[in-house]
Amino acid sequence: MALDQSFVGRSYPPTDPYEVGREKIREFAEAVGDTNPAYTDPEAAKALGYADVIAPPTFVFSITFKAAGEVVQDPQLGLDYSRVVHGDQKFAHKRPVRAGDRLTVTSTIEAIKSLAGNDILDIRGDVHDETGEHVVTAWTKLVARAAEKA
Amino acid sequence: MTAKISYDDVEVGTELPAQSFGVTRADLVRYAGASGDFNPIHWNERFAKEVGLPDVIAHGMFTMAEAIRVVTDWTGDPGAVVEYGVRFTKPVVVPDDGTGATIEVTAKIGAKLDDHTVRVDLTAMSAGQKVLGMSRAVVRLA
Repeated sequence: MALDQSFVGRSYPPTDPYEVGREKIREFAEAVGDTNPAYTDPEAAKALGYADVIAPPTFVFSITFKAAGEVVQDPQLGLDYSRVVHGDQKFAHKRPVRAGDRLTVTSTIEAIKSLAGNDILDIRGDVHDETGEHVVTAWTKLVARAAEKA
Repeated sequence: MTAKISYDDVEVGTELPAQSFGVTRADLVRYAGASGDFNPIHWNERFAKEVGLPDVIAHGMFTMAEAIRVVTDWTGDPGAVVEYGVRFTKPVVVPDDGTGATIEVTAKIGAKLDDHTVRVDLTAMSAGQKVLGMSRAVVRLA
């Protein structure tokens, strides 16, 4: 069943702050096998001009995707999450995420489409730090595949 | 903020050093823990097959994280990545055979933009199939 178009443009309240920790960045960098010292060595990060270690470019997805979960699981929207696959992902960084950031995410439904029985949902997550500075925006396209005919 | 590569030293078509990245089941378990994405299609073969997949598949975000390393290793400064977007076209299938899968990433300069930025066009392949489509990064060079 096609999703309700009236949800397009809807924004959800900002999430509680997520505090980015040095060790979480280290864990993520190790998980993707990336040995760039800017992720683990504060001195190396400072040499590049940053106040503390920075996170890999895709790190923030863990935070924005959790925030998007509030949209995806909104019972009024009625998305069948068991059939969802990740279609596209994009990030636009104002600056890299760094250790010590306290980040909040505001999720907005940008588009809802129905194509060949698939529901396609575009969610934008705007990420701000504790000073209100815009850090990064993440665009996530989710596709709920059509259910097989019974 | 201090990329090692100079804007003036690159042209449209300049290739970045290509890289191959291995991915095993253990890598996926580690990534699940680090990212918080515990979807069983990334670690449970029985579940993956029940939902119609050929086998366990890598997180799309894992593949996305590997592909950008071709750019961040080249610039030296991961914070120089201004934009990065991909389309997940095919899954990376990760068999439990002790070897896993390989993700092969190539990249070249697609356009020179304003403000010392360039667009890098990325291609990621696994088992002969393109796993990322429309994969592009905008990077600020020195």
